[in-house]
Amino acid sequence: MARTLIHVPERARAGEVVELRVTIAHPMETGYRSDNEGRPVPRDILRRFSCRCDGELVFSAELFPAVAAYPYFAFHVRATRSASLSFTWEGDQGFAQTETRALVVA
Amino acid sequence: MRSAGTWSLALVCAAAAVAQTASPPRRTGFDDMTPALQAMQRDDTRNPAMLWVAEGERLWDAPAGAAGRSCAQCHGPAPASMRGVAARYPAFDELLARPLTLAQRIAQCRQRHQRAEPLPAEGEAALGLLAYVARQSRGLPIAPPDDARLKPWADRGQRLFAQRIGQLDLACAHCHDQRAGLRLGATPIPQGHPTGYPLYRLEWQGLGSLPRRIRNCMTGVRAEPYPADADEAVALELHLMTRAAGLGIDAPAVRP
Repeated sequence: MARTLIHVPERARAGEVVELRVTIAHPMETGYRSDNEGRPVPRDILRRFSCRCDGELVFSAELFPAVAAYPYFAFHVRATRSASLSFTWEGDQGFAQTETRALVVA
Repeated sequence: MRSAGTWSLALVCAAAAVAQTASPPRRTGFDDMTPALQAMQRDDTRNPAMLWVAEGERLWDAPAGAAGRSCAQCHGPAPASMRGVAARYPAFDELLARPLTLAQRIAQCRQRHQRAEPLPAEGEAALGLLAYVARQSRGLPIAPPDDARLKPWADRGQRLFAQRIGQLDLACAHCHDQRAGLRLGATPIPQGHPTGYPLYRLEWQGLGSLPRRIRNCMTGVRAEPYPADADEAVALELHLMTRAAGLGIDAPAVRP
C-alpha cells in the first residue's frame, strides 16, 4: 500500500464548490533512466487517477512519464449531498489502490 | 558645494555597501524560494514531505525490537516530548562520549532501548521518524547546546567549512559565506543554513537528509564525500547549526 495524503474539507454547505487535494507516494519511474550498473530501469508509472462520488465519476486524469514522483492533484467538486468519495490510482505492474473519504454536507 | 555633498553621499553609500557585504543579513533557503514553493511548503496538504511524517507518526507508536517497546511508550506523545529537540542537535552523548546528530540519536535509541535491528541509513523508515521528530520543532529557533565538550567538535567543523577540498579546490565558505546571494549557473547560492532538514527536494524527487545534501555539495566540487557517519560530517553539521543559531526551524521543508 502506497502512502497517501488526502485533503477533504471537514464539512461543506450544500451547493458549495470544494477543493480536494491528493498526493500519493509513487516513484513515477520513467523507464528512460539507467541504474548505477548501466541497466535500464523498467518503467513504473501511474497511468490513471480517478475520483468517484458514490460511484459516479467526478474527476479523472491520465498520467505520463513526464509527471514527477509523488504526483499531486487538486481539483474542485460541487458538494450537493453527503457522499462517499473514492480515490483510485492505477498504474504499471498491476498497481491499483483505492482510498475512500466521507464528504459531509450540512 | 552641491557636488561635494553628492560626493560625500556617494561615499556613505559605498561604505554602507561594504559594511553590508561584510555581514549580510542571514537568509534561509525558504526566503530565497518562489512564492509558489513557499506555499507548497507551508501547506501540509501540499507538502510531499508530510508523506514521510505520516510514516514516522505510525512508527512512533509501533513496538519494535527485542524489548517490544515503541518510541511512545518511553517518550509519550511526540508533539509534547519532542518539541524543540531538533533545534538542539547535534548534542553530546554521555555513553559514547561524542556528539550525535538527531538521526544518530534516533538510531542509538533504537539500538539501546528497543534492542532492534538498525533501520537502513537514510531509508524511508529512518527518514520518516526523523521528519516526524524534526517537525515537532517547527517555528522554534535553532539553539545549539551550551556544552564545553562540543567546542572542539564545533571548532573542527568550522575549520572543515573553511578548508579547500576537491578538484575545484573550493571550501564551503567560498560559496556559502563569500558568494551567497549570487548565482552558480542559473541557481541562486544559498547561505547554507540547515533549518529544514530532512527536506523534500524537487531535484531529488524525494526526502533527503543534511548529510545527503553535504555529499551532494562535495561531489559538486569533485571531492570525495565523507563516509556515512564520519566524524567530519558530525563536526560540520555541528558548525552549521551553530552558524544558524537563532534561525527558525521549518522542517520538513521543500526546496527546489
